[in-house]
Amino acid sequence: MSEKTAATTTAGPPTVNRANRGVSALLGSAAGRNTGLVVALVLLCVVGVATAGDRFADVDNVLTILRLASVIGVVSVGMTFVITGGGIDLSVGAIVALSSVWATTLATQAMANDAHWLVIVFAALAVGAGCGVVNGLLIAYGRIVAFIATLAMLAAARGLAEIISNRKTQIVNVPGFTAFFDASVLGVPVLVVIFALVAVVGWVVLNRTTFGRRTFAVGGNPEAARLAGIDVRRHTVLLYTLLGVCCGIAAIMLVARTTTGSSTHGGLYELDAIAAVVIGGTLLSGGRGTIAGTVFGVLIFTTLSNVFTLNNLSISAQAVAKGAIIVVAVLLQQRLARRSGA
Amino acid sequence: MSRKATTRLVAALSVGLALTACTGNTPAPPAGSGDQGGARVANDEPGDKVVIGFSAPAADHGWMAAITNAAKAEAEKYSDVELKVVEGTNDVNLQISQVETFINDKVDAIVLLPFDGAALTPVALKAMKAGITVINVDREFGSPFAARSTVLGDNYGMGVSAGTYICEELAGKSGAVVAEIAGIDSLPLTQDRSKGFADALGDCGLKVNNRVAAEFTVESGERAAANLLQAAPRIDALWNHDDDQGVGVTAAIKNSGRSDFFMVGGAGSANVMREIKAGNGLHKATVVYPSTQGADGIRLARLAVQNKSLGDLVEVEVPRQIELFAPVVTKDNVDRYLPTAFES
Repeated sequence: MSEKTAATTTAGPPTVNRANRGVSALLGSAAGRNTGLVVALVLLCVVGVATAGDRFADVDNVLTILRLASVIGVVSVGMTFVITGGGIDLSVGAIVALSSVWATTLATQAMANDAHWLVIVFAALAVGAGCGVVNGLLIAYGRIVAFIATLAMLAAARGLAEIISNRKTQIVNVPGFTAFFDASVLGVPVLVVIFALVAVVGWVVLNRTTFGRRTFAVGGNPEAARLAGIDVRRHTVLLYTLLGVCCGIAAIMLVARTTTGSSTHGGLYELDAIAAVVIGGTLLSGGRGTIAGTVFGVLIFTTLSNVFTLNNLSISAQAVAKGAIIVVAVLLQQRLARRSGA
Repeated sequence: MSRKATTRLVAALSVGLALTACTGNTPAPPAGSGDQGGARVANDEPGDKVVIGFSAPAADHGWMAAITNAAKAEAEKYSDVELKVVEGTNDVNLQISQVETFINDKVDAIVLLPFDGAALTPVALKAMKAGITVINVDREFGSPFAARSTVLGDNYGMGVSAGTYICEELAGKSGAVVAEIAGIDSLPLTQDRSKGFADALGDCGLKVNNRVAAEFTVESGERAAANLLQAAPRIDALWNHDDDQGVGVTAAIKNSGRSDFFMVGGAGSANVMREIKAGNGLHKATVVYPSTQGADGIRLARLAVQNKSLGDLVEVEVPRQIELFAPVVTKDNVDRYLPTAFES
C-alpha cells in the first residue's frame, strides 16, 4: 500500500508543475477534470502518509475512510442527478433522519421481526421516495423554487421525525438486519459494497440511458428540452424521487452503522453532499454532471477528515480547509465554463 | 512529531513538579481544595505507558467545552499517559469513524462521551472486543458490555438538591410560589431533573407552580424567562436547570426589573459561582453537574489499563460505574467548587 502511494508521489509533482496552459487543457476534457481530482486525492494521501505514516496507509484505516464515505456518498450520487437536472435539494439530511426514524419505530420493528428484516429496508426506501415525490411535485407542478420547496421539506421532515420518535433514540433489535449489514464481502464491508453499487448504477443511468440524456437536457435548457418533446415536469419529479430513494438507502446504512434511528441523524448532510458534488465538477447551474467526480469529491472530504483525525487536528481547522477546497474547485469550474462558452 | 515531543516534555515536567510538591494535581491549589482527591496513594507513580483516545460531542455549550479541556489538562499531569483527542462532532457517523481510527491505532483505552449513547454502542462493543478499555462518560451506552466502566452525573440528584435547598430557604413562608425553567424537555436528563425537583419540593409541602422549558442556549433561556415572568406575577424561588441558558434568563429578569425572588442555577458555571460569591445578584445557589467527568474518565482509564485499584477503596479493581454527586453551591462553600467550574 505504502509502496504504491510512494510510486504515485514521484509521478505527482511533474503533473502539478506543468505549465499553466497544459493544466487548463487537461482540465478541459471530462477525463481531465477527474485527473485533477485524482491528483488532489493523491496529494491528500501523500500528506496522510507523510504525517501519519503506516497508520494512514493501513488496510483498516482505508476501510474506515470508505465506511465514513459510504453514507454521504450515496446521498451525493443522488444529489448529482438533481443538480445536473438544474435543481437543488436542501432537505436530504432531514429525509435521512425521517427515514431512519420511520423505519425503526416499534411498529416497524415488530413487523420486521414477524415477517422479514427487509420490512425495515422497504419502510426507509418508501419514506425517502415519498419525500422526494412531494419535493418534485411542489417544484414541478406547484412552481415553487427548488431552494424554497426543499427548505420547507428540511424543516417539516425533521420536525415530523422528532414527533414520531418523541426525540428519543430508537434502538434496532432485529438480529437479521444488523447481521446482514455488519458482514463483509471478500473483506469489503457491506456498506462500502452498497456505495459502490449505487455509484456504478448511477454512472450507467446518467451516461448510458435515455433518462440520463434527458437529465442533461433538462438541466442545460429546460425550454429546449420541452420543445424537443421531453416532459420536463414529469422528469423533475423523477429526479427528486431518485434522490429521495438515495436518502432512504443512506438512512438504512446509518441505521445499520449505529443500530439506531434518530431525528438527529443526517445533520447538515445537505451541505456535505452539495460540496462533494460541486468539487466533483458538476455545474451548480445544471446541464453538466459527473458521478465519478462526485465519488472523488466525497473521498477527498472523508480522507481530509481522516488525515485531520489521525493528526489530532481540530474539526474547526478542517472546516477551514474544506471551505478553501470548495472555493478552489468552484474557481476552476468557472474558468472551465468560460472556456466552453467561448 | 516535534509537537508530540513537546507535549510529552510538558507532561513530564508538570508531573515532576507535582511529585516534588507532593500535593494535588491542581497546578495552584486554591484555599479549601487541599483535601480534594484523597485517592492519591501510590496511584500517581508513573507506570506502564497508556495511550488513551478521547472523543466528545461538539463544544457548542460551555459545559461541553469544559469536558474536553479538563480531560486534556488531566492527561498532561501524567507522564505515562499519551492522549489523542479528536475534536468534537455532533455527527454520529463521523464520531463512529473517529472511534474506528482509535481501534486501528490500537490505543490502550478510549474515553468516550457519545453524542448519542445508543448510536455509539456498536462501535464501543467493537473496541471492547478488540481488547481496548472503554470508559463511557455522561451519556450511557445501550449495552453493559460496551464499556469497562461508566462515569455519570446525577440528574435526578440535581433536582433533589435544588428542591431541598429551596425548601430550606422558604421554610415557614406559607403559600410560597416556586417556578422552574427546564432544559430541552424531551431529553431524559431534563425529565430526571424535573422529577427530582418535584419530589424534593413535595417533601416539604411545596410544588412547582410555574414551569417553562428552554433549550440550553442563552437565546432560548431569555425567551422562556420572559414568558414565565409574564405568566407568574408572584415568584418566591426559581430553579433554572442550566447556567448557560441562565445568562439569557438573568437578562430577561433584569429587563423586567423584578427582584422579588431568588434564583438557583444548575450545572455550575464559573459565572454564576462568581455571582454567588459576590452576593450581588439573583443567584443564591447553583447545583453542580460536574464538567470534570471526562477528566475522571481519563484517570479511570489509566488505572484500569495499569491494573491499579481506585485508592481509598478496598476493592482491587476499578468500579463498573461511578455516579457523581450533585452538591449545592452557596456563598459558604463556593470557594471549594469555583476552581473546577466551567466558563460559559
